[in-house]
Amino acid sequence: MGISIELEVNGAGVSKEVEPRLLLAHLLREELGLTGTKIGCDTSQCGSCTILLDGQAVKSCTVLAVQADGSEITTIEGLANGEYHPVQQAFWDNHGLQCGFCTPGMIISCVDLLSTNPQPSEDEIRHGLEGNLCRCTGYHNIVRAVQDAAETMNG
Amino acid sequence: MYPSKFDYHRPSSVQEAVQILSSNPDAKVLAGGHSLIPVMKLRLAAPAALVDIGRIDALQGISRSNGSLSIGACVTYNEIANSADVQAAAPVLAEAAGQIGDRQVRYRGTIGGNLSHADPASDLPAAALALGATLHVTGTGGSRSVSASDFFVDLMMTALQPDEILTSVEIEAAAAGTGSAYVKFEHPASGYALCGAAAVVTRGAGGSCTAASLCFNGVSSTAVSASDVASSLVGSDLSDDAIVSAVSGLSIPDATGDMFASAGYRQELAKSIGIQALLAARDRA
Repeated sequence: MGISIELEVNGAGVSKEVEPRLLLAHLLREELGLTGTKIGCDTSQCGSCTILLDGQAVKSCTVLAVQADGSEITTIEGLANGEYHPVQQAFWDNHGLQCGFCTPGMIISCVDLLSTNPQPSEDEIRHGLEGNLCRCTGYHNIVRAVQDAAETMNG
Repeated sequence: MYPSKFDYHRPSSVQEAVQILSSNPDAKVLAGGHSLIPVMKLRLAAPAALVDIGRIDALQGISRSNGSLSIGACVTYNEIANSADVQAAAPVLAEAAGQIGDRQVRYRGTIGGNLSHADPASDLPAAALALGATLHVTGTGGSRSVSASDFFVDLMMTALQPDEILTSVEIEAAAAGTGSAYVKFEHPASGYALCGAAAVVTRGAGGSCTAASLCFNGVSSTAVSASDVASSLVGSDLSDDAIVSAVSGLSIPDATGDMFASAGYRQELAKSIGIQALLAARDRA
């Protein structure tokens, strides 16, 4: 039985008929082709699938597409607006990645963190990103990137 | 990983939701989904139907009236942790909610889902128990209230009947002179509590303890209240010595032993974490 849902994904309206068991991460990647959102652990731990759902960072592998009906979604593809978002630029400038797999989720979580805490301490950044795992263990540069982005955004 | 197929219902009222539950014995209630969806993806659960209560207005929001705090079942951990009303009236609940999972999980997980799931290693059950929370539930036969101490029956089992939904959690606002704390020793990978202690103490006008509670997550098949410790603290001066001595006799009946920690280890951990929670609560009283 298909369920009709309507969403706004990166500013564009989307209408779909979906199976109730379809996960939001699969809707984004497989139905909408937005493969910037990664699926890492698939068990709600690694945060690679993090997207903004009505402005809040959530793990899209643990949300049913039908639960997101009527919501606004921003994925990594929707962050840049002509030029890189300050968090994207800061990851670039500070080499806040190694293999890059965790990066889309990491950047989305940073955007959410800075929206609720524009000037986080190093400790607050590390705790704020506890839902995102970098298996290259590139955390030091990621923290520097968040500090840099905070400075730019407050500038 | 896809869950097994299921029918999806999105009722707009509690009445409608419990009707669907009563006519679908193999249905599960879906709120934030952060306990249910992971087990469905692993095929450890395969309900025939989900009843999504996430959009029912009556289950949202936090309100305070006549000294009591009411929290709708679908209020998220993030809302609880950041609510000025909860921080003022039941700070230990806000403190525990802020330690659950990570920020993404706290945006989605709900108090109703947490308490109904009754995972002993989660953080809210002991806080609800220590605060003497009243849980309001509704089924096809009507509504009733269950005290937190009667709600947690066994490992992931509650007093909820198959057609009942937890609708709200009511907590009496903390009396003057009350301090509380939630201290957790967590598993470093999962973040779940190997032991979490919720302590609430009240000092009378003369400084001595007039009321106390100390409850634990993670050490037994349900959240447990260390009522012997609490009663031996009442009347004391809440000095370091009084707290250490009260906790020294702590015994957790049927302490859990598993691949992460033996029962004996958890017993000792509960003493240490319990002392830390009581000391912090006293300093805030």
